Amino acid sequence: MSESKGLKILGSDPVDPLRRNFMRTAAAGAALAAMSGCNMDDFFRKHFKELSKTDLDAVLRTIEKRNLERFGKATTVDATGARPGVEFGYGLDLSRCVGCRRCVYACVAENNQSRENPQIHWIRVLQMDKEHGVDLTHADMYYESEHVPQPGKFYFPVQCQQCSDPPCVKTCPTGATWKEPDGIVVIDYDWCIGCRCCMSACPYGARHFNWAEPKLPAAELNPDQHYLGNRPRPKGVVEKCTFCIQRTRKGRYPACVEICPVGARKFGNLLDPESEIRQVMDTKRVFIFKEELATHPHFYYFYAT
Amino acid sequence: MRTVLDRTAWSAIAGLALAATLASAAAHAQAPPVEQLVQAKSPPFTEGIYPCKECHDGPGDKTRRTLVFHDDIQTMFDHDAEHRWCLDCHDNGDRDVLHLSSGDPVPFTESYRLCGQCHGDKYRDWRAGVHGKRIGHWDGEKTYFLCVNCHNPHSPRFKGVVEIEVAGKKTTAPTSEMIKPEPRPRRPEEMRP
Repeated sequence: MSESKGLKILGSDPVDPLRRNFMRTAAAGAALAAMSGCNMDDFFRKHFKELSKTDLDAVLRTIEKRNLERFGKATTVDATGARPGVEFGYGLDLSRCVGCRRCVYACVAENNQSRENPQIHWIRVLQMDKEHGVDLTHADMYYESEHVPQPGKFYFPVQCQQCSDPPCVKTCPTGATWKEPDGIVVIDYDWCIGCRCCMSACPYGARHFNWAEPKLPAAELNPDQHYLGNRPRPKGVVEKCTFCIQRTRKGRYPACVEICPVGARKFGNLLDPESEIRQVMDTKRVFIFKEELATHPHFYYFYAT
Repeated sequence: MRTVLDRTAWSAIAGLALAATLASAAAHAQAPPVEQLVQAKSPPFTEGIYPCKECHDGPGDKTRRTLVFHDDIQTMFDHDAEHRWCLDCHDNGDRDVLHLSSGDPVPFTESYRLCGQCHGDKYRDWRAGVHGKRIGHWDGEKTYFLCVNCHNPHSPRFKGVVEIEVAGKKTTAPTSEMIKPEPRPRRPEEMRP
């Protein structure tokens, strides 16, 4: 025992080295968990998809409790699942969009994004030249003008395209992000370790990172929340558009659709031949963004005229 | 192609896991909501202008000319102004209604029928939910906006809209000013502490 290169063990019983390693790792893990303010229940709980109904319910109530502590405001957090026979599709009419950015701010208000430092916008509106068409080398998301649309310009809003074959999901090392049966790509903020692999994998720049503690005034908190959607995020996790999962799973239109003053945004069930989105796909010139990457988005750009 | 695939997929699901499907259907017990369309309120008339019969009592002179009254509308009028004038849409016999090219009267609340006579493609798209705006539920009750909620019939090119309240209900009215965009996002370098 005196030959041991490791730390001296106090006490007379020799300890199995494997067990000793395990104890050390477990202690370090517990210390780390305690330091990060994460409680042990969170640390040892199962993946979202494996939670029993009782466990999920307990998790949701815990989040509501923490919301109350953090914002002093009562909230409801649910985890409404995908409806069978529904696959969401989104249409955006480029011949109508005027680039007013109303959607950007309606999204921020609905989905509880951080307002300043970091400022997080799930929708980016790109101003492009009619002369060049859809071309990212001639795109500007920081345009400012007295009024829109500006002559010779058109506007191209980009948000999560809810790919059928999402590169972000493939790259996530922890299984914190996945595709739901209704086509929405979601993130479990409790499972995200903040490695940002998904951000580099996403060809649309649709994922955003909370570089600092999100700044969200309590007065502006949207109390109707979904576990996989707009519940307030901690520092150090990635977030993205979820087609307003807290609204659309209950049959409502997303916030960006409702705010759009020109009616350029269309939303519905791709499996329902009578839905608005299917009417768009059946009768209009539709294209998907960066088709050559074979991500197969559920987000369709179209020209109604 | 898509439909065929879907059908195959669905019959496979039904065949292989009927019990599971039923169980999940029971979990989502609510029956598919019935789609219900609600018409948005049209923007109000200019104050004091309606009913038109207060001044226009009975048919008037049908000759196209510049009027001494309604100069606000005559100044802004930009709806194929070269070829049209008031009585192409407004009814000469009853000024409180509009009329189709057939002569059939159309109430102001159904002006979209009049618009649809010339703009048939837009009318068709609007009825399918492709043109124009709808709010509410994608699978249930939804409110659809009318042509006149976004386009001023006397100067129909879209400029902007403003949210208003009519009879306690939120709706929109067209404006003559174009929309001012919301502030641009911060650049990354502006977000550093």
